[in-house]
Amino acid sequence: MSGLTYLIMVILVMTAATFLTRATPFLLLRKRADHPLLIFLGRYIPAAIMTILVIYSLGSVQLSEPPHGAPELIAALLTLSAHLLWRQALLSIFAGTAFYMYAVQSGLFM
Amino acid sequence: MSIIGTALRASLPVMFGYVPLGMAFGMLFQDLGYPWYFATLMGVLVFAGAAQFMAVGLLAAHAGLLEVAVSTLALNSRHIFFGLSLISRYSCRGVKKLYLIFGLTDETYSLITGTPVPSHCRESDYYLAITALNQSYWVVGCTLGALLGRLIDLDTRGMEFALTALFLVLLIEQWNKLREPFPFLLAAVCGLGALALFKEQMLLVSIALSVLLLILRRPHLERRG
Repeated sequence: MSGLTYLIMVILVMTAATFLTRATPFLLLRKRADHPLLIFLGRYIPAAIMTILVIYSLGSVQLSEPPHGAPELIAALLTLSAHLLWRQALLSIFAGTAFYMYAVQSGLFM
Repeated sequence: MSIIGTALRASLPVMFGYVPLGMAFGMLFQDLGYPWYFATLMGVLVFAGAAQFMAVGLLAAHAGLLEVAVSTLALNSRHIFFGLSLISRYSCRGVKKLYLIFGLTDETYSLITGTPVPSHCRESDYYLAITALNQSYWVVGCTLGALLGRLIDLDTRGMEFALTALFLVLLIEQWNKLREPFPFLLAAVCGLGALALFKEQMLLVSIALSVLLLILRRPHLERRG
Protein backbone atom coordinates (compact mmCIF):
# COMPACT_ATOMS: atom_id res chain seq x y z
CA MET A 1 0.00 0.00 0.00
CA SER A 2 1.48 3.36 -0.99
CA GLY A 3 1.68 6.20 1.51
CA LEU A 4 -1.37 8.06 0.26
CA THR A 5 -3.51 4.93 -0.20
CA TYR A 6 -2.71 3.99 3.39
CA LEU A 7 -3.65 7.47 4.63
CA ILE A 8 -6.93 7.40 2.71
CA MET A 9 -7.75 3.93 4.06
CA VAL A 10 -7.05 5.10 7.63
CA ILE A 11 -9.29 8.15 7.14
CA LEU A 12 -12.13 6.02 5.74
CA VAL A 13 -11.86 3.45 8.54
CA MET A 14 -11.91 6.20 11.19
CA THR A 15 -14.85 7.90 9.48
CA ALA A 16 -16.86 4.66 9.49
CA ALA A 17 -15.92 3.74 13.08
CA THR A 18 -16.76 7.21 14.43
CA PHE A 19 -20.08 7.34 12.59
CA LEU A 20 -20.94 3.86 13.83
CA THR A 21 -20.49 4.89 17.48
CA ARG A 22 -22.71 7.93 16.94
CA ALA A 23 -25.40 6.12 14.93
CA THR A 24 -25.77 2.86 16.90
CA PRO A 25 -28.51 3.99 19.32
CA PHE A 26 -30.50 5.60 16.51
CA LEU A 27 -30.26 2.43 14.41
CA LEU A 28 -31.21 0.09 17.24
CA LEU A 29 -33.95 2.16 18.85
CA ARG A 30 -35.52 4.14 16.02
CA LYS A 31 -38.94 2.54 16.56
CA ARG A 32 -38.99 3.23 20.29
CA ALA A 33 -38.50 7.00 20.58
CA ASP A 34 -41.44 7.31 22.99
CA HIS A 35 -40.41 4.45 25.28
CA PRO A 36 -40.56 5.69 28.90
CA LEU A 37 -37.00 4.53 29.60
CA LEU A 38 -35.65 6.66 26.71
CA ILE A 39 -37.63 9.67 27.89
CA PHE A 40 -36.18 9.11 31.37
CA LEU A 41 -32.65 8.91 29.93
CA GLY A 42 -33.21 12.01 27.80
CA ARG A 43 -34.09 13.84 30.98
CA TYR A 44 -31.18 12.71 33.19
CA ILE A 45 -28.22 11.81 30.96
CA PRO A 46 -27.41 15.40 29.85
CA ALA A 47 -26.92 16.49 33.48
CA ALA A 48 -24.63 13.54 34.15
CA ILE A 49 -22.63 14.01 30.95
CA MET A 50 -22.13 17.73 31.53
CA THR A 51 -20.80 17.02 35.04
CA ILE A 52 -18.41 14.44 33.64
CA LEU A 53 -17.22 16.69 30.79
CA VAL A 54 -16.33 19.40 33.32
CA ILE A 55 -14.33 16.90 35.38
CA TYR A 56 -12.69 15.49 32.26
CA SER A 57 -11.67 18.85 30.87
CA LEU A 58 -10.11 19.85 34.18
CA GLY A 59 -8.73 16.36 34.83
CA SER A 60 -5.31 16.92 33.27
CA VAL A 61 -4.44 19.77 35.63
CA GLN A 62 -1.27 19.00 37.62
CA LEU A 63 -2.12 19.68 41.25
CA SER A 64 1.21 18.52 42.68
CA GLU A 65 3.38 20.99 40.76
CA PRO A 66 3.30 24.80 40.89
CA PRO A 67 1.02 26.62 40.23
CA HIS A 68 -1.10 23.76 41.67
CA GLY A 69 -4.04 24.38 39.38
CA ALA A 70 -4.49 28.00 40.53
CA PRO A 71 -5.12 29.45 37.02
CA GLU A 72 -7.75 26.78 36.28
CA LEU A 73 -9.44 27.18 39.68
CA ILE A 74 -9.65 30.97 39.45
CA ALA A 75 -10.76 30.92 35.80
CA ALA A 76 -13.45 28.35 36.63
CA LEU A 77 -14.68 30.35 39.64
CA LEU A 78 -14.73 33.50 37.52
CA THR A 79 -16.83 31.74 34.86
CA LEU A 80 -19.22 30.29 37.44
CA SER A 81 -19.73 33.49 39.40
CA ALA A 82 -20.18 35.61 36.25
CA HIS A 83 -22.78 33.14 35.07
CA LEU A 84 -24.62 32.98 38.37
CA LEU A 85 -24.69 36.79 38.51
CA TRP A 86 -25.62 37.74 34.95
CA ARG A 87 -26.48 34.50 33.18
CA GLN A 88 -24.95 35.73 29.94
CA ALA A 89 -23.20 32.64 28.59
CA LEU A 90 -20.82 34.46 26.26
CA LEU A 91 -19.77 36.97 28.90
CA SER A 92 -19.12 34.23 31.48
CA ILE A 93 -17.07 32.18 29.03
CA PHE A 94 -15.07 35.16 27.79
CA ALA A 95 -14.28 36.29 31.32
CA GLY A 96 -12.91 32.89 32.34
CA THR A 97 -11.05 32.29 29.10
CA ALA A 98 -9.49 35.76 28.91
CA PHE A 99 -8.25 35.45 32.49
CA TYR A 100 -6.89 31.96 31.84
CA MET A 101 -5.06 33.02 28.65
CA TYR A 102 -3.54 35.96 30.48
CA ALA A 103 -2.50 33.80 33.43
CA VAL A 104 -0.91 31.12 31.24
CA GLN A 105 0.79 33.45 28.77
CA SER A 106 2.13 35.97 31.25
CA GLY A 107 3.30 33.34 33.73
CA LEU A 108 1.22 35.05 36.43
CA PHE A 109 1.50 32.12 38.85
CA MET A 110 4.96 30.89 37.95
CA MET B 1 -32.55 37.11 15.42
CA SER B 2 -32.30 34.59 12.59
CA ILE B 3 -31.62 30.92 13.24
CA ILE B 4 -28.04 31.29 12.06
CA GLY B 5 -27.54 34.36 14.25
CA THR B 6 -28.84 32.59 17.35
CA ALA B 7 -26.81 29.47 16.60
CA LEU B 8 -23.72 31.58 15.96
CA ARG B 9 -24.10 33.26 19.32
CA ALA B 10 -24.62 29.97 21.13
CA SER B 11 -21.71 28.27 19.38
CA LEU B 12 -19.17 31.10 19.55
CA PRO B 13 -17.39 29.55 22.58
CA VAL B 14 -16.96 26.36 20.57
CA MET B 15 -15.21 28.40 17.89
CA PHE B 16 -12.71 29.63 20.47
CA GLY B 17 -12.07 26.03 21.44
CA TYR B 18 -12.17 24.32 18.07
CA VAL B 19 -10.04 26.72 16.03
CA PRO B 20 -6.90 26.50 18.22
CA LEU B 21 -7.39 22.78 18.88
CA GLY B 22 -7.94 22.10 15.17
CA MET B 23 -4.82 24.13 14.43
CA ALA B 24 -2.84 22.05 16.92
CA PHE B 25 -4.03 18.94 15.10
CA GLY B 26 -3.18 20.45 11.71
CA MET B 27 0.37 21.27 12.80
CA LEU B 28 0.98 17.76 14.15
CA PHE B 29 -0.52 16.29 11.00
CA GLN B 30 1.69 18.42 8.79
CA ASP B 31 4.77 16.96 10.49
CA LEU B 32 3.81 13.56 9.06
CA GLY B 33 4.64 14.89 5.59
CA TYR B 34 1.23 14.47 3.91
CA PRO B 35 -0.34 17.26 1.78
CA TRP B 36 -2.18 19.83 3.91
CA TYR B 37 -5.60 19.17 2.39
CA PHE B 38 -5.77 15.74 3.99
CA ALA B 39 -6.02 17.53 7.35
CA THR B 40 -9.05 19.36 5.93
CA LEU B 41 -10.44 16.05 4.65
CA MET B 42 -10.13 14.51 8.13
CA GLY B 43 -11.98 17.46 9.65
CA VAL B 44 -14.73 17.03 7.07
CA LEU B 45 -15.06 13.22 7.20
CA VAL B 46 -13.95 12.10 10.68
CA PHE B 47 -14.89 15.22 12.72
CA ALA B 48 -13.75 13.83 16.07
CA GLY B 49 -11.12 15.76 18.01
CA ALA B 50 -9.58 13.11 20.23
CA ALA B 51 -9.70 10.48 17.47
CA GLN B 52 -7.88 12.76 15.03
CA PHE B 53 -5.11 13.42 17.54
CA MET B 54 -4.86 9.67 18.06
CA ALA B 55 -4.71 9.22 14.28
CA VAL B 56 -1.48 11.24 14.13
CA GLY B 57 0.16 8.67 16.40
CA LEU B 58 -1.35 5.71 14.53
CA LEU B 59 -0.25 7.09 11.14
CA ALA B 60 3.27 7.76 12.41
CA ALA B 61 3.50 4.20 13.72
CA HIS B 62 1.95 2.85 10.49
CA ALA B 63 -0.67 0.99 12.53
CA GLY B 64 -2.78 -1.69 10.86
CA LEU B 65 -6.32 -0.84 9.75
CA LEU B 66 -7.85 -3.23 12.28
CA GLU B 67 -5.99 -1.45 15.07
CA VAL B 68 -7.23 1.89 13.70
CA ALA B 69 -10.82 0.60 13.71
CA VAL B 70 -10.66 -0.90 17.20
CA SER B 71 -8.99 2.11 18.81
CA THR B 72 -11.42 4.55 17.16
CA LEU B 73 -14.40 2.50 18.33
CA ALA B 74 -13.00 2.32 21.86
CA LEU B 75 -12.25 6.05 21.99
CA ASN B 76 -15.61 7.16 20.62
CA SER B 77 -17.93 4.58 22.16
CA ARG B 78 -19.09 7.15 24.73
CA HIS B 79 -21.07 8.70 21.88
CA ILE B 80 -23.50 5.77 22.13
CA PHE B 81 -24.80 7.35 25.34
CA PHE B 82 -25.20 10.74 23.68
CA GLY B 83 -27.50 9.18 21.10
CA LEU B 84 -29.49 7.36 23.78
CA SER B 85 -30.64 10.66 25.22
CA LEU B 86 -31.33 12.35 21.86
CA ILE B 87 -33.59 9.84 20.15
CA SER B 88 -36.78 11.82 20.68
CA ARG B 89 -35.10 15.21 20.06
CA TYR B 90 -33.66 14.15 16.71
CA SER B 91 -37.07 13.46 15.24
CA CYS B 92 -36.38 14.71 11.70
CA ARG B 93 -35.63 12.32 8.84
CA GLY B 94 -33.36 11.64 5.91
CA VAL B 95 -30.10 13.47 5.15
CA LYS B 96 -30.73 16.08 7.85
CA LYS B 97 -30.90 13.41 10.52
CA LEU B 98 -27.86 11.58 9.13
CA TYR B 99 -25.84 14.78 9.33
CA LEU B 100 -27.00 15.54 12.89
CA ILE B 101 -25.92 12.06 13.96
CA PHE B 102 -22.65 12.30 12.02
CA GLY B 103 -21.75 15.62 13.69
CA LEU B 104 -22.53 14.64 17.28
CA THR B 105 -19.36 15.72 19.11
CA ASP B 106 -19.10 16.40 22.87
CA GLU B 107 -19.54 20.12 22.25
CA THR B 108 -22.43 19.76 19.81
CA TYR B 109 -24.19 17.49 22.30
CA SER B 110 -23.63 20.01 25.09
CA LEU B 111 -25.12 22.89 23.10
CA ILE B 112 -28.06 20.87 21.84
CA THR B 113 -29.06 19.65 25.29
CA GLY B 114 -28.13 22.87 27.10
CA THR B 115 -29.23 25.87 25.02
CA PRO B 116 -32.85 26.82 24.28
CA VAL B 117 -34.22 26.47 20.75
CA PRO B 118 -35.41 29.91 19.54
CA SER B 119 -39.20 29.97 19.75
CA HIS B 120 -39.88 30.87 16.14
CA CYS B 121 -37.90 28.10 14.47
CA ARG B 122 -38.02 24.36 14.06
CA GLU B 123 -35.91 22.37 16.52
CA SER B 124 -34.19 20.40 13.79
CA ASP B 125 -33.13 23.55 11.92
CA TYR B 126 -31.53 24.97 15.06
CA TYR B 127 -29.72 21.68 15.76
CA LEU B 128 -28.57 21.59 12.15
CA ALA B 129 -27.19 25.14 12.33
CA ILE B 130 -25.32 24.35 15.58
CA THR B 131 -23.82 21.16 14.16
CA ALA B 132 -22.76 22.73 10.86
CA LEU B 133 -21.24 25.81 12.52
CA ASN B 134 -19.28 23.65 14.95
CA GLN B 135 -17.95 21.53 12.14
CA SER B 136 -16.98 24.58 10.11
CA TYR B 137 -14.90 25.92 13.05
CA TRP B 138 -13.17 22.57 13.33
CA VAL B 139 -12.47 22.28 9.60
CA VAL B 140 -11.12 25.84 9.48
CA GLY B 141 -8.84 25.08 12.44
CA CYS B 142 -7.50 21.82 10.94
CA THR B 143 -6.86 23.55 7.62
CA LEU B 144 -5.18 26.63 9.06
CA GLY B 145 -2.92 24.50 11.23
CA ALA B 146 -1.79 22.26 8.38
CA LEU B 147 -1.52 25.05 5.83
CA LEU B 148 0.07 27.84 7.80
CA GLY B 149 1.35 25.82 10.74
CA ARG B 150 4.62 27.35 11.66
CA LEU B 151 4.15 30.49 9.58
CA ILE B 152 1.76 32.34 11.83
CA ASP B 153 2.97 33.32 15.22
CA LEU B 154 -0.24 33.78 17.16
CA ASP B 155 -0.13 32.90 20.83
CA THR B 156 -3.30 30.91 21.42
CA ARG B 157 -2.09 29.19 24.59
CA GLY B 158 -4.94 28.89 27.03
CA MET B 159 -7.67 29.62 24.51
CA GLU B 160 -8.92 26.04 24.74
CA PHE B 161 -10.19 26.91 28.22
CA ALA B 162 -13.22 28.23 26.31
CA LEU B 163 -14.45 24.63 26.09
CA THR B 164 -14.04 24.07 29.85
CA ALA B 165 -15.87 27.35 30.48
CA LEU B 166 -18.61 26.30 28.05
CA PHE B 167 -19.08 23.00 29.90
CA LEU B 168 -19.25 24.89 33.23
CA VAL B 169 -21.87 27.30 31.93
CA LEU B 170 -23.96 24.50 30.45
CA LEU B 171 -23.65 22.60 33.73
CA ILE B 172 -25.36 25.54 35.46
CA GLU B 173 -28.01 25.57 32.73
CA GLN B 174 -28.63 21.84 33.24
CA TRP B 175 -28.95 22.48 36.97
CA ASN B 176 -31.48 25.26 36.37
CA LYS B 177 -33.52 22.90 34.21
CA LEU B 178 -33.45 19.84 36.44
CA ARG B 179 -32.94 21.08 40.03
CA GLU B 180 -32.38 17.56 41.35
CA PRO B 181 -28.97 16.95 42.88
CA PHE B 182 -28.88 13.18 42.39
CA PRO B 183 -27.70 12.90 38.74
CA PHE B 184 -25.03 15.58 39.26
CA LEU B 185 -23.66 14.00 42.45
CA LEU B 186 -23.76 10.53 40.94
CA ALA B 187 -21.86 11.69 37.85
CA ALA B 188 -19.34 13.61 39.95
CA VAL B 189 -18.53 10.50 42.00
CA CYS B 190 -18.29 8.33 38.86
CA GLY B 191 -16.21 10.98 37.06
CA LEU B 192 -13.71 11.53 39.86
CA GLY B 193 -13.44 7.80 40.53
CA ALA B 194 -12.86 7.01 36.85
CA LEU B 195 -10.34 9.84 36.57
CA ALA B 196 -8.31 8.35 39.41
CA LEU B 197 -8.59 4.73 38.29
CA PHE B 198 -8.85 4.70 34.49
CA LYS B 199 -7.25 7.87 33.19
CA GLU B 200 -7.28 6.74 29.55
CA GLN B 201 -10.87 5.54 29.37
CA MET B 202 -12.22 8.02 31.90
CA LEU B 203 -15.08 9.33 29.75
CA LEU B 204 -16.38 5.96 28.63
CA VAL B 205 -16.18 4.33 32.08
CA SER B 206 -17.77 7.20 33.98
CA ILE B 207 -20.56 7.87 31.45
CA ALA B 208 -21.45 4.17 31.11
CA LEU B 209 -21.44 3.71 34.89
CA SER B 210 -23.58 6.83 35.47
CA VAL B 211 -26.16 5.71 32.91
CA LEU B 212 -26.31 2.24 34.45
CA LEU B 213 -26.75 3.62 37.97
CA LEU B 214 -29.37 6.13 36.78
CA ILE B 215 -31.36 3.28 35.25
CA LEU B 216 -31.11 1.28 38.48
CA ARG B 217 -32.31 4.30 40.43
CA ARG B 218 -35.12 5.02 37.98
CA PRO B 219 -38.07 3.74 40.07
CA HIS B 220 -37.03 6.02 42.91
CA LEU B 221 -36.39 9.10 40.72
CA GLU B 222 -39.67 8.74 38.88
CA ARG B 223 -41.68 8.25 42.05
CA ARG B 224 -40.42 11.56 43.33
CA GLY B 225 -40.61 13.42 40.02
